[in-house]
This record gives sequence, C-alpha cells and structure tokens, in this order.
Amino acid sequence: MSAEAITQKVGNIWGGGTRPFNVRYGKMMMWFFLISDAFTFATLLIVYGTLRFSADWWPEPLNVFNTIPGVHGNSYPLVFVTIMTFILIVSSVTMVLAVYDGHHGNKKGVIKWMVYTIIGGAAFLGCQALEWTHLIHEGLSLYFNPFGPDGLVTKEAVMAGTAVAGPTHFGQLFFFITGFHGTHVLSGVVINIIILVNTVNGVYEKSGDYEMIEKVGLYWHFVDLVWVFVFLLFYLI
Amino acid sequence: MADTHAHGHHHEESFISKYIFSQDHKMIAKQFLITGIIWGVIGGLMSVLFRLQLGWPLEKFPILETLLGHWAEGGQIVPEFYYALVTMHGTILVFFVLTAGLSGTFANLLIPYQIGARDMASPLLNMLSFWFFFLASAIMFYSLFLPHGPAAGGWTIYPPLSALPQAIPGSGDGMTFWLIAMALFIVSSLMGGLNYVVTILNMRTKGMSMTRMPLTIWAIFFTAIIGVLSFPALLAAALLLIFDRSFGTSFYLADIFIGGEALPQVGGSPILFQHLFWFLGHPEVYIVILPAMGIVSEVLSTNARKPIFGYMAMIYSILGITFLSFIVWAHHMFMSGLNPFIGSIFMVLTIIIAVPSAVKVFNWIATIWKGNIRFTPAMLFAIGFVSTFIAGGVTGIFLGNSTIDIQLHDTYFVVAHFHIVMALSAIFGMFAGVYHWYPKLFHGRMMNSHMGYLHFFATLLTAYGVFWPMHYIGMAGVPRRYYSFENFTTFNQFDGLNAFISACAIIGFAAQFIFIANFFLSIFWGRKSKTLNPWNSNTLEWTTPLEHFHGNWPGEIPEVHRWAYDYSKPGAENDYIPQTTPLTEEELKEPAHH
Repeated sequence: MSAEAITQKVGNIWGGGTRPFNVRYGKMMMWFFLISDAFTFATLLIVYGTLRFSADWWPEPLNVFNTIPGVHGNSYPLVFVTIMTFILIVSSVTMVLAVYDGHHGNKKGVIKWMVYTIIGGAAFLGCQALEWTHLIHEGLSLYFNPFGPDGLVTKEAVMAGTAVAGPTHFGQLFFFITGFHGTHVLSGVVINIIILVNTVNGVYEKSGDYEMIEKVGLYWHFVDLVWVFVFLLFYLI
Repeated sequence: MADTHAHGHHHEESFISKYIFSQDHKMIAKQFLITGIIWGVIGGLMSVLFRLQLGWPLEKFPILETLLGHWAEGGQIVPEFYYALVTMHGTILVFFVLTAGLSGTFANLLIPYQIGARDMASPLLNMLSFWFFFLASAIMFYSLFLPHGPAAGGWTIYPPLSALPQAIPGSGDGMTFWLIAMALFIVSSLMGGLNYVVTILNMRTKGMSMTRMPLTIWAIFFTAIIGVLSFPALLAAALLLIFDRSFGTSFYLADIFIGGEALPQVGGSPILFQHLFWFLGHPEVYIVILPAMGIVSEVLSTNARKPIFGYMAMIYSILGITFLSFIVWAHHMFMSGLNPFIGSIFMVLTIIIAVPSAVKVFNWIATIWKGNIRFTPAMLFAIGFVSTFIAGGVTGIFLGNSTIDIQLHDTYFVVAHFHIVMALSAIFGMFAGVYHWYPKLFHGRMMNSHMGYLHFFATLLTAYGVFWPMHYIGMAGVPRRYYSFENFTTFNQFDGLNAFISACAIIGFAAQFIFIANFFLSIFWGRKSKTLNPWNSNTLEWTTPLEHFHGNWPGEIPEVHRWAYDYSKPGAENDYIPQTTPLTEEELKEPAHH
C-alpha cells in the first residue's frame, strides 16, 4: 500500500504546516536525483579535463567536426553540432510550454507540446547517430584517432610510420561522454513517451494534477543543461 | 493506547507482500538487518581465515583443506586466496554490513517512526532499494565461488590489477562480478538515500520542526546526503573502469608491460582512478560512522536520563563533518606521488575534521556526566563507541599529517586506525541500536541482558586485543596486505604479537555468536516488555503499538510539542517527558530550545 493510499484513509499525512520549499516529495526527489546525476557528469568531465591536459597535443575541434551529413566537403566547422544543439534547446522550450499547459489543465496543449518535445529529442539522437557514424567512418574509434597534428591520417600510414595519430583519449572520451549523455536523452525520450501516453489516456486529467509533466520536464532540462557543458568542452574549446 | 487494534489491520496482506516484497519500512528494516548480519558473519569469518595465516604462517590446518579445497592446499591458505579474503573482507564489511546493514536498518526503521510518518515518501522505491541490495548481495556472494576466486586487488580496486583481466586470478571474472554487484549496490543506495532525504524534509508530523528531530534523524539525513553526492563519483569511475577492462580503452592505463610485451594502452592515469575512488571512499567512512553517531547520541541521552549536551552543536558538527568529508579525500594518496603542496592543503583540511569530531565526543561525555546511568547493553555499546572513537580518532591526527604518513602509510598502524575509528565504532553503534530498538523491531520482545553484557565485554576486550598491538607493529614498519613476513627477519620479533592478535580475533569472532543466538532466540522467546516504552524514552516510535501494521499509528499521527531530550527536567513528574506532551505554562515562558 502506498503512502498516498494510507494518507487518504487516515487523513492528511502532513498536518504540520507548509512543506519545506512548498513542493511535494516526488518533485523534491527529482531535484535530489538531478544533483546526484550532476555529480556523475561532473566526474566524467573532470576525467576529460585531466586526460586532455595531460596529453601532449589535442585535436582542434574545428578540424574534427567540420562536415554536415549529406553535404559535400569539409568546410562547415561546427555547423552540424550547432543545429543539434539548437534542436535540443528548442525541445526544452516546447517542454516548458507543455508544463505551462499542464499547470492550466490544458490536456490538448500538453499533448501537442509533448509530441514536439519527443520529436526534438528523437531528432537530436538521430543527429548524434549520424555524427558518430561519420566519425567512425573517418577512422575514429576507441583505439585510434585519425585527427593527428598533420591532419587526417589513416591507420595504415601510422602503422607504416609515415604519419602521426592523434591522442586515442580523444575518441575514447568523446564516445564515452557523448554516449553517456545520449543514453540520458534516450531514457528521457522514453519517459516522455510514457508520460504522453498517460496524458492521452487522461491519467492526469482524472487526478487533476499534471505535476508529472513538470517532473519529467526537470529531467529534460537537466539533460539539455549537461549538453551545454559537453558542447563547450568537446566542440568549442 | 487502548484502541491499539481498533483501526489496525485495514486489510490482510499475503505472505509475499508482507514478508518478501514488503513496502513497509519496518519489514524492510528487518530485511536489511538480517541480510547485514549474514554478511557480517561471512566477512568476519574471512578475517578469521586470514588471521590464521598471519598468526601462524608456518602452521598447517588440515581442516582448511577439507573446507576450502585447492584454496588451502596442504592446510595452508594460498597467497591468491589470502588476497581475495582481504579484498572481500573489506568490501563486505564496508559496503554490505556498515553501509547497507547499518543505514538500511536504522534509516528505514527510525525515519518514519521518529518523525511521525506513516511510511517513507515512496514505499515502492524503498522496497526496490532493498531488492537491488539483495541482488548485489547475491552476485557478490556468487563471486566467492568462481573458479578463479573473487576480486583480489584490494577493496579499493586500484588499476591496473582491477583494469587488466589477465593481471591476477581475481582480476578476471571475480572483478567483473564485483563491478556488477557494486553498480547494483550504488543504485540501491541512491534509491534509499533519495527516499531518506525527502521523507525527512517533507513528511514530518505536526510540530516536528527540524530542530526538534532526534539526532538519529539528523545523522541519517546527512548520511543520505553524503551518499547521494559521493556514490556518483564511484559510479562514473566504475563505468570507465568497465570500459578499460572490457573495451580496451586506456582511461586508467599507461605503459604496462606483461611478459616483456607492451600493452597498447597509453596515456591513462591510475592516479586519476585513486582520486575518483577516494572522492567516494572518504565520504563513505562518514556514511558508515554518522548513523552510529546518531544512534549513540540517542542511546546515551536516554540511558543517562539527561538531555543531550549541545544539541545544536551536535547538528552543526554533523554538518561540518559532512562538508569536510568531501574535501579531504587526497589524504589517502599522500604517498601516491601527490604534489606536496596539494598534500599540505589536504593535511590541513583533514586535521580540521578533528574539531567537529571533538565537539561530538565532549558532548557525549558531558551528556553522561553525572547522569543517572542505566547500564543496559545498548548503553554499554554506546559508551564503548565513545571509547573506540576517541582511541581511533587520536591516531587519525597522526595519519593526517602528510610527513608522518611517509613512515606510517600502508602499515598496520593504518589498519589499526581505521578499524578502531570506523569499523569498531560503527559496529558498536549498530549493536547499540539493535539492543535499544529490538523491542520495536520484534513486537515488544527484549534481548537477554546477561548475554548482552557478555557479548559487550568479550567484544570490547578482544577488539582492543586485536587492534591495539597493531599500532606497535605498524610503527615498527610492518606493512599491511602482506601474505607472510617469513622472509623479513626484522619482523620475526612480532610473531608472538601476531599470534596474540589472531587469537583475539578468533575469540572475538566466536563471541559474536552470543549476539546472534540472543538475536534470533529472542525473536521467539525474548522477555515481553511490560510497557510500550521499555526505556522510558521521549521519541515518537515508542508511542506506536507493539503489533506492526502498515501505517504505524492506528489513529491520528501524534502531534509533537517539544524536542526529544526532556529527560530529568526539574519540576517534572517523571524523569522523561515524551515529545507528544504539550508544553506547560512555565515551559512556554522559557527561552529554551522548543
């Protein structure tokens, strides 16, 4: 039996004045979870910093992320990742609108904006898949980094001693950290879909309480915020 | 409490929902406690086995071969198994007994009871927390029986022993299972911790302001916060380690040669892992000790029949310890090649922890000073806690000095220090809690006091018998983690001392069965307490009926009017005033802490 059910049976479980911070336990729990998760990401980014600064040389992001899938040539530094970032930030905006409509009990509005948010998240994941595919195609892996001091090199050339490879940590950290973030986005999309289905089925309409939208919204904004740091560290500096 | 059963049983629960997948905090507390006790026996038995080797390194014990097979060929433990034992002893005791067993038991039992809530904020998450812990336990237990043995690179799982599956026998499957079990453990701890924090903040009964909460709850609150903030670092570190192990990355590996062949991994840093590990590892020791401190505060005050001395100072010192626990981790790494300047910063921060710790110790002593002390088994263990915390804390000042640590690091001095200050103290706190709250756990049954006294004195004497001599052999330079000292003639003079330590360890381990017998027999045959409140305590849990049912109080949750420590108040009728008693006219005029 859940605490709520008992509450309803016996009366107000709180009865002790206003709740601290005036939030219910679910939302507060989400905040503490996000703080905890922030520490996980912070740890990973500290690892990134440590290994990057202990390397002799590090590839210039402008020379690595310089293509757009489907467009010929490699003279578009950071254009594609800017689009990805824009999509993710817009999906945060649509999430805000979903929460806003939830506060006003507007079921249709919630559904509309949740759908847009899910599309945004899925689009971001698609872009990330394209980018990963492209980098893997160029030769980046956990064991080899083709972005050397003298430009793009092949594994064969490095084996033959005619070219110098970049630090392998670049690829390892890139795949690990963007992958870890992508997993968060993926779980966010899945959670958003569950919430959307619940909304469509009128679960929150019945309870008259759309706080669940706000809770998943918090998670979604957090995932976006983390991306800002990943973007800064991998793509900008 | 005449209407105890009036609203009690709102519906019959099935066996499974009542005893197995229970969402009731009291049942979950019992599940954590009993799992913790089982782990305690396993972990303790391991220490007996490796103490046999250390105490009588040349002796053969044929029974060991019968029991352990090829791990004790010819009756002597083989080195690989010795290292596995030491590793698993640390892992089990630190995480499975003193983190899950201690926090899991008392946070679950006491938070809803003492703050006046029907259950945890999320009973479902609470249940999942136990079952993730159980799954972690099952996997860790299974790893003991792997063909090449469990993890054997030390409980700190430093790379490269943990990162290269081919390094030592325990680095293979044993290490993989260790990592899987710990990942589940972290999930369990996160779910529990979130629940504890949110329940304490949000579910308190009317009148239970933060500064009226018993110190147990304050301690558990900060313990949970430490867990929520520090375990993520281990999670991230373990994920990276899994990649190093399984996918050939080189986050922690550099310049390794095996059989003359260089491994492809370059540029990683094993020191990086140490930083990440100890960012969890140091706060972890406070996760272990803080709940014990909370329990001891409560038990000392109740059984000395005196208000806790310096209630606010206690809270601020827990807060101070919590904050400092996050910025001292590198004192475990003074000898890892740390920049001496960084070392001196960590040294200063480390030694500052002595201040809030000393505040607490003096407050405990002042609490029992001139008290009307009742020497219950719980009280003895609480006093024992203060003793061990002082004895172990003093050597922390030595080890916190980076210069002295050059001599003392990785010797038995360190083993003695952290076992006394953290392991013994925490286990004493846990025993105090079990003896004290046993009537609440098992429907008013009490544990046998005489067996309790015997258990206490046997434990106290043998524990000091084990760890006191270790200071001396540590100062003489005897290194920890060594399988045998037979090749070091200088250390032969300590053979007698080592045998003495081992004898004490074996007797101490045997003495724990007094407790275990007492614990399990009392469930069925323990003396029934005549009142709801056998210790005449002030806190809310003693106002609940003996029979457990989901929801704790049959009627309304009682309202709280005062703090938890109105013992022996001048002018009062009894020497205790429960928190539910309204303030009198005179008390309302006092400027005190209500």
